[in-house]
Amino acid sequence: MHAPEPRPHTPDAPPDPLRDATPVAPDAPGGTDGPVGVDRNAAAAGARGPDAGDDDALVLYGQRFASRLLLGTSRYPSPSVLQAAVHRARPAMLTASLRRQTGAAAAEASQGFWQLLQQSKVPVLPNTAGCHSLQEVLTTAEMAREVFCTDWIKLELIGDDYTLQPDTLKLPDAADRLLRAGFKVLPYCTEDLVLCQRLVDVGCQAVMPWAAPIGTGQGPVNPYAMRTLRERLDVPMIVDAGLGLPSHACQVLEWGYDAVLLNTAVALAQDPVAMAGAFADAVAAGRAAHRAGAMQAQTTAQASTPVLGTPFWHQS
Amino acid sequence: MPAPTRPPLQVTINQQAHQLPDGATLSDAIARVGIQPPFAAAVNLQFVPRARHDAHLLRDGDRIELIAPITGG
Repeated sequence: MHAPEPRPHTPDAPPDPLRDATPVAPDAPGGTDGPVGVDRNAAAAGARGPDAGDDDALVLYGQRFASRLLLGTSRYPSPSVLQAAVHRARPAMLTASLRRQTGAAAAEASQGFWQLLQQSKVPVLPNTAGCHSLQEVLTTAEMAREVFCTDWIKLELIGDDYTLQPDTLKLPDAADRLLRAGFKVLPYCTEDLVLCQRLVDVGCQAVMPWAAPIGTGQGPVNPYAMRTLRERLDVPMIVDAGLGLPSHACQVLEWGYDAVLLNTAVALAQDPVAMAGAFADAVAAGRAAHRAGAMQAQTTAQASTPVLGTPFWHQS
Repeated sequence: MPAPTRPPLQVTINQQAHQLPDGATLSDAIARVGIQPPFAAAVNLQFVPRARHDAHLLRDGDRIELIAPITGG
């Protein structure tokens, strides 16, 4: 499906692709290997059914989320800081991963993280980080579904180890295979318009373009492409990776992006908990600004104060 | 005349070499390393659901991966 009409930007009718989101049929999209067990995310706090009736909920695959901030769980100074940051940000989802346990310390860390996830009551978004092939992605996703009891998957398929750029040529096929296997796929991708269109074509109900390479904190390095992408596609879009400052998050929400996914910008801040709050506030501000409809920028000055009745007019 | 004893299986579990008796299952391999739930298993890059661990017979040379939750972005 293509979206030939640019998204309107008028204060009276703020563009909101979320309202067009369609709940997913229970058996869609027809994979032979269905979900394993109950989706813990469906019952988790912050995620409700499609009929919850929020005015401005983030809707992904028919599921509503109260927050437009998704938070990564890696690189924090300690589990307690992570826990406090989660409490402060109140994110829509928490990302998580799967790795081998090497030694007692790693096993203990895994158990502790698992308990933290359980206690947080925040829906989990497992990722396929580190995968370089289609088969690695498919197997990792199935393993994540079993461990985390969720159909959500952040599709990461790396094409270049230096930049961690997604493998743009393999992503649509990988997304297609995961969707057919019953996953709710959130693909980490670049801001390339045609790539994102292809991901939507295979059935992705949301895409997650990067703003800049993972962990760089540079903010949007290609604003023109990101704004063009936002104008052209009408699915929820989450900016994933590359944000470093709350102003970056606010900026992309102002552009009409629906949410952001952060990790390093919070985890490596001097005060991660305070920064988690700053990002949450920035996301809320950016979203409110987008819905409010910004004025058109002008090239020349226009007095704010009325000119009529100006004292001493032409007397000096 | 007794049947000849089959040689043990040489497998890897998370890239570590292990020797298991012929007829060993994936559950036997899991017990060998003592991993605590939750975890998931794959053999030769193919996911094996938890319900099939007991019945999944291992073969010589199998590469077993057992992975558990960890923080991620």
